[in-house]
Amino acid sequence: MNLDFSQVVPYIPFILEGIWVTLGFVIVAIIIGFFIGALVALVKISHVKFLRQLADLYTSIFRGTPLILQLMIVYYGIPQLLEYDISPFLAAILTFGLNSSAYVSEIVRAGIQAVDKGQLEAAQALGIPYRQTMVKIILPQAMKNILPALMNEFITLTKESAIVSVINYLDLMRRARVVGADLYSPLEPLIIVGVIYYMMVMVLTMLGKLLERRLRKSD
Amino acid sequence: MIKVENLYKSFDDLAVLQNIDTTINHGEVVAVIGPSGSGKSTLLRCMNLLETPTEGHIWIDGEDLTIPSTNILKVRQKIGMVFQHFHLFPHMKVIDNLTYAPMTVKGLSKNEAEVSADKLLAQVGLSDKKDAYPNSLSGGQKQRVAIARALAMEPELMLFDEPTSALDPEMVKEVLDVIKSLADSGMTMVVVTHEMGFAKEVADRIIFMDYGQIVEESKPEDFFSSAKTDRARGFLDKVL
Ligand SMILES: Nc1ncnc2c1ncn2[C@@H]1O[C@H](COP(=O)(O)OP(=O)(O)O)[C@@H](O)[C@H]1O
Ligand SMILES: [Mg+2]
Repeated sequence: MNLDFSQVVPYIPFILEGIWVTLGFVIVAIIIGFFIGALVALVKISHVKFLRQLADLYTSIFRGTPLILQLMIVYYGIPQLLEYDISPFLAAILTFGLNSSAYVSEIVRAGIQAVDKGQLEAAQALGIPYRQTMVKIILPQAMKNILPALMNEFITLTKESAIVSVINYLDLMRRARVVGADLYSPLEPLIIVGVIYYMMVMVLTMLGKLLERRLRKSD
Repeated sequence: MIKVENLYKSFDDLAVLQNIDTTINHGEVVAVIGPSGSGKSTLLRCMNLLETPTEGHIWIDGEDLTIPSTNILKVRQKIGMVFQHFHLFPHMKVIDNLTYAPMTVKGLSKNEAEVSADKLLAQVGLSDKKDAYPNSLSGGQKQRVAIARALAMEPELMLFDEPTSALDPEMVKEVLDVIKSLADSGMTMVVVTHEMGFAKEVADRIIFMDYGQIVEESKPEDFFSSAKTDRARGFLDKVL
């Protein structure tokens, strides 16, 4: 057994800093993913066939290719095509946000369709315009049902975020690799960030449960 | 007030309404009765365009609902609808169920909307449930809230689609009483119902439907004592 955590101690502040780096772009990506996903879901249930097909294509592209490939295409492709030097942060929130939105859109669409059709009819009968009907009446009810699935998606995103290390973004994962190389001992820092990822996921899970309970107060 | 002219409605190949012609006058209470599947709900739902008529015209206050230039939202503001299964908004408190549409659609201030909502809740006997969520209410209470919610838009016409059919028997009366007092106050109403006693007592006119057609239209006293058609008599034999 050759495991020595004490050698990592000087690097702890460096590793912990990675928590904020990771959290920073994960949170932004979750927000982007949620709003674009909800929007794409609304397009998917719209009456314009062309838009629906476009939304389906969007979803299938993001779900049908590896995330790591999407990330590298954005990071290396945008400078080549647009001559704009995209920062790792921007590339990360863009890729993770759009990728997540594809999954979120499917979750939200299913959630909307699971809401009793009578809700839409009651709103229509009252003369409430479509947009308000969706945003204030249908979506809040859909949210309640899909919260567990959404939380799952956010947890997946948090874990998959480790992929950003391939574009040299100094997130938790990358920091573990850097420290490991410095020490010629990769395992200890990996275990440490592993624990940190696990704790972040646990916190997310708890937040989800809390939110769920708040939304259920109308039952 | 509402005139239905030569109305046809089909779902794909299924003809659900055929050749419907009728007029409902201001202040009139019309009960629509008939066997299940005869098209009663569809007729009602065509009147506020929850279903789009396949053919024919519907006029409300001289405005043709079936022409594309008609503002559906505006028309629906004049027509309240009460459903068999209530369809209250479960994520809103009772008071918000009543105020949301008037605030959003008519632009009432929160205060104005709440003042009139309070009055309506008192009218249906549910002032104490103002801050409750719909899921904590009984069926009869839910339906009374649903009626109040529709009235909050100050409609000129109320449509009821079997408002008591989903209720436990002991709750039917409290809902019928509310509808009755609304009828007494002069509201124009079309009520699809299986409550024959109610239809007889409250309606000014009975419309009897079968197989998507209006088979008979008459005053309740005539209809219930001496229906003109075999189909109506057969139906009454079964339900009375
Ligand atoms: N959205 C729909 N799609 C297809 N068929 C329908 C639809 N709505 C109603 N129908 C059919 O139309 C007929 C009349 O239905 P409905 O108006 O609900 O009758 P009622 O209210 O008198 O029981 C029934 O055969 C029903 O199955
Ligand atoms: Mg019906």
